[in-house]
Parts: sequence; C-alpha cells; structure tokens
Amino acid sequence: TLDRAGVEGRLSELDEYAVEQALSLVENGLSATVTFVTMGPARAVDGLRKALAMGGDDGVHISDEALHGSDALATSLVLARAVERTGFDLVICGMSSTDAEMSVVPAMVADRLGVPQVTFASALTVDDGSVTIRRDGDTAVEEVVATLPAVVSVTDQTGEVRYPSFKAIMAGKKKPVTTWTLADLGVEPALVGAAGAATAVRSAAPQPPRQAGVVVVDDGGAAAQIADFLVAQRLL
Amino acid sequence: MSGVLVLVETVNGTVRKASLELLTLARRLGEPAALVCGPADEALLKVLGEYGATHVYAVENPDLEEFLVAPKAEALAAVVRRTAPAAVLVTADHEGTEVAARAAVRLDSGIITDAVDVVAGEGGPLVTQSVFAGSWATQSQVVRGTPVITVRPNAVPPEAAPVEPVVETVTVDVGAGDRGSRIAQRTPKTGTGRPDLADASVVVAGGRGMGSAEAFALLERLADSLGGAVAASRAATDLGWYDHDFQIGQTGKTVAPQLYLASGISGAVQHRAGMRGSRTVVAINKDPKAPMFRFADFGVVGDAHAVLPALIDEVERRKG
Ligand SMILES: Cc1cc2nc3c(=O)[nH]c(=O)nc-3n(C[C@H](O)[C@H](O)[C@H](O)COP(=O)(O)OP(=O)(O)OC[C@H]3O[C@@H](n4cnc5c(N)ncnc54)[C@H](O)[C@@H]3O)c2cc1C
Ligand SMILES: Nc1ncnc2c1ncn2[C@@H]1O[C@H](COP(=O)(O)O)[C@@H](O)[C@H]1O
Repeated sequence: TLDRAGVEGRLSELDEYAVEQALSLVENGLSATVTFVTMGPARAVDGLRKALAMGGDDGVHISDEALHGSDALATSLVLARAVERTGFDLVICGMSSTDAEMSVVPAMVADRLGVPQVTFASALTVDDGSVTIRRDGDTAVEEVVATLPAVVSVTDQTGEVRYPSFKAIMAGKKKPVTTWTLADLGVEPALVGAAGAATAVRSAAPQPPRQAGVVVVDDGGAAAQIADFLVAQRLL
Repeated sequence: MSGVLVLVETVNGTVRKASLELLTLARRLGEPAALVCGPADEALLKVLGEYGATHVYAVENPDLEEFLVAPKAEALAAVVRRTAPAAVLVTADHEGTEVAARAAVRLDSGIITDAVDVVAGEGGPLVTQSVFAGSWATQSQVVRGTPVITVRPNAVPPEAAPVEPVVETVTVDVGAGDRGSRIAQRTPKTGTGRPDLADASVVVAGGRGMGSAEAFALLERLADSLGGAVAASRAATDLGWYDHDFQIGQTGKTVAPQLYLASGISGAVQHRAGMRGSRTVVAINKDPKAPMFRFADFGVVGDAHAVLPALIDEVERRKG
C-alpha cells in the first residue's frame, strides 16, 4: 500500500507533487495500491476527487465536527491513526513553503507511527524495503535512505504534475472514498480540536506598513550616500 | 530560577550563530542550558559559557551523528524529562523543526514554530510569529506541557553574558525505531567561503537587472567587504546566473538579515515573501517606479553597474 496524507481541505499545489510522485512510483514498477488520505470539512472531498482523477485507487476522508480548531499535535494524531488503519508502506506528503505547520506534521506523523521520515525530497526511489531520496542542501547534495515503512515529503523540484483528461476525471468520480469519524479511528474528541489544543493565540495585530524610506537619484554620489546611511544604521 | 533548554547546533565543531541567538533569548526566560549532540570540548564550552549557558548537557551517543532527526528528538525529550525546563528553544531550520516536532509528540507538549520574538509572559513564554507573508503578527502561548519553540535565525543579535557552565555528560537510549534514516552519500558543494544565507546578517542580492552572470562578481565583492552572503531573485537563478540554492522567495529561501541590499530586483511579491523580515532594506534599481523602493529604507535610482563598484570602494575606504 502507498498512502498520501494531506492536511488541508483542498488539494494544494504542493500536495499535487506528492500525488504525482506516488503515481509515478507505481507506473515505474512498484507494486502497490495508492490511497489518498485527507482530514478536513465536507469540501475536503474535492481535493480527494482531484487526486483520484490523477490516478490512484481510493480515498479516505476524515471528517468530524470535533476536529475544528485542531493544532499540529492533534492533526498528526488523527492522520497517524488513519494511516495505521489503512495500512501503509510509504506515506508521501507535500512540502510547504508558507504554512509553518506543514513542516512539523510529517515529522509528527512519523513519530506517532514509530517510523523514520525523510523530507524535502527533490527525487525519490523505492526498492526492497527502503526509500532513497535526493536532497539539495545548502552545502551538499545528500542521498538520504530510510527503511520502510517511512514518511517522505517532496518538493516542487520533483517534476511536472500531470493534468487529468476528461476520461480520467470521470473515472476518478467512480473510485471509492471512505469517510471516517473520530469514533471510527478511536480518537478521543477531547484530544483534538479547539478543546485539545496545546497552544493558544493571545493576540493578533496587523504589522504597521514599512515606513517609506529615502529614495535618491544617482548623480555619481549615490554610493557615498548609501555608505553614509549604512554608517548611520550601524551597519558599517 | 528554572532552566531554558537550547538545542545547540554545530558546524564542523563550531557553534552556529543561530544557537548563540537562542542562548541570548533564553536569558529572558530563565537560566540558559545547552544541549550538545556530541562531546563538549574545551572550545565549545568556552563559547557556550561566554553566551550564558549555566549548564551544558553533552549527549555522547554515536546514533545522534549516524541517524537523522529521531535520535536527537529522543535526546531532547530525555533531557527535558530529567531537568523540567521552563521552555525549549530550537533553531527553525529543517532539521531543528523536525527534531522539535518529534520531541513535542514524545513530551505531548505544545509547539510554536518559526518565532520572530520570544518574551517572558504570565503562564509561560509569549511567542511572536509573523504570519500571512509578514502582514500580521500573532502572539501565542503553549498551554500544555513544556513549551517547545522554534526560532528564526537573526531574531536577536547574540549577546555575551559570560558564566562558567556546569557540564554533564548524558546517556540516552536510542531505540531501533529511531535508527531508521541516515545519509547514504554526501556530495559537498564547493563552499563559497561566505556565511550561510540563513545566518548571514548581511545579504547582497541581485536580479535580472544585473544583466549577466559575470555581474554577480560585483555582488560577491560587495558581500565580502560587508561580511555578507550573496543571493538572487528567481529570474536570475532561472537564467543560470546564480545557483538555485541562493534564491530568495516563496519557492526559495527565507532570510531576515540586518541588511538586505537588492540590486536590479523589481520586488515581486513572491520575492518579497523571502526577505520581508529584513531589518533594513537598501534597493538599487534604474526604474524609479520599481516596487522594491516601496519596501526600501534607502533607495537609489541608478545603474547597478555604476553604483556597485563605487559602493565597494566606499565601504573599503570607510573600513580603513
Ligand atoms: C509560483 C511562483 C513562485 C515564485 N517564486 C519566486 C521566488 O521564490 N523568488 C523570486 O525572486 N521570484 C519568484 N517568482 C518570480 C517573481 O514573480 C518575479 O518574476 C521575479 O522575482 C523577478 O525577478 P527580478 O526582480 O530579478 O526580475 P525583474 O522583475 O525582471 O526585475 C528586474 C529589475 O531590474 C531593474 N534593472 C534593469 N537593469 C538595471 C540596471 N542596469 N541597474 C539597476 N537596475 C536594473 C529593472 O528596472 C527591474 O526592476 C515566483 C513566481 C511564481 C509565479
Ligand atoms: N469538520 C471537520 N472535519 C475534519 N477536519 C476538520 C473539520 N473542521 C476543521 N478540520 C481540520 O482541522 C484543522 C484545523 O482547522 P480549523 O478548524 O479551520 O482551524 C484543519 O486541518 C482542518 O482541515
């Protein structure tokens, strides 16, 4: 089995890369079924249908009013229980550049499942009992290996995402999607949602717009003016 | 006073600047304690003591070096269980964030990521995050367990506060389940000799307006005069003028240096997403209508090829 855990309701662009990688692993000979998993309100099904139009076998939608307001700890708990229930060898997630929480959820899910995670893959291969990813770091290109089962997150450098044809969209609509509630997963409602949140926002305020700075037109002396400014700001 | 545990990161045995920033922040919340993954030698202890670490916990377990993330998370959780700190501070980079995430699960503690500021508050640290691409600031608190907080590099300048640290070697049991991922092969990229983008207090960035790959040599010279790093816009990296590793923005890196100097960069929203947190912005652009000027503290309407060489001379001259 091959699974993909999504956190958001809709299928985000970055999650599409995860779907694409799952499908191409199978097309390249990996013997596995692909199940898409998402947790979110009713409309989250749209994301599953979009993924199923791209390919794969079936979908799981975790929906429960008590999940509203869930933090990363709760989200990872629910996703881990769901993935355990479907059974899995590999969980593939998208990376996220803007949502800070996304960078903790894959590691948290992996921790709850008791398996390794390898993240920010720009390429991945699966063979006999292990997954190998390529990671482009600042100081080196790394090949990172994890024993299966494992959790992987993939970047936008993994390659083009397919566009489903009309026929594929229609076929996707016929694929089975199961809906699970917290009770189905045996998760206590008190542990999730706003009630179970381990963090609380105390205040939120718009940032004052940046004060307009000085703009000068270079007449040959701009370099000296920049240097003066840097000195005044104690940057030089 | 209770302790505040800082996960220290080292590069080739040297403490990262971001870790010194965490020690500085930790002093606002309690007595800084440092967790070192590996042996704590004289040089390391000297630096940690200089920046105020009253305790140093050295976890000497080869698993921490050999396997990624999970063994460090176990080490962190183990020291938290033993010392019950008021908070845990970790650098908000890829590995730090994942170590913090796993430790939070093990401790069933709330985690707040990517903080730009942390201050003491009633009922625990008050953590400021910059959200919605920097347009809003929120303050949050952890309400369950030991607050685990990841902090962006450059949130504060490191400040020395010398003490003599008490050193303790800690043994941690790493289970088989935590020995699942490792680096099989590492091909180093040729080092630039410049600070890492994430740590750099000065970033000198160039865009399409630089005109060529060769023109980036000017930015490198300026960066070297200022002790900074070089970066680029996506237009410049897509043109192959500078490596993708140095791209700033939504699909590149996020930086928050003391000084961001943008040369020949128009200031598209996707670019700004990666440099909004910069304390001071200087822009050089030949188009007076370039959006970047609206986000610059000091702007020069001019040709980068004229302004940059003159600026390098000015900086060199003033440094004496
Ligand atoms: C999904 C998505 C993600 C993206 N992610 C990123 C990202 O991560 N990072 C990023 O940077 N962009 C990103 N972009 C691209 C972004 O929208 C802009 O296209 C890009 O930032 C433009 O780069 P630039 O400012 O170098 O080039 P341009 O917009 O072409 O600007 C060049 C500037 O140089 C000035 N100039 C020209 N000649 C000179 C000279 N001789 N001296 C001084 N100034 C001169 C011009 O006046 C102009 O303002 C993304 C776009 C999308 C759609
Ligand atoms: N009715 C619901 N069923 C399942 N998940 C939900 C539901 N409502 C919110 N969530 C999820 O809970 C998390 C927190 O969302 P929110 O409540 O909008 O802050 C997100 O991952 C949502 O997708």
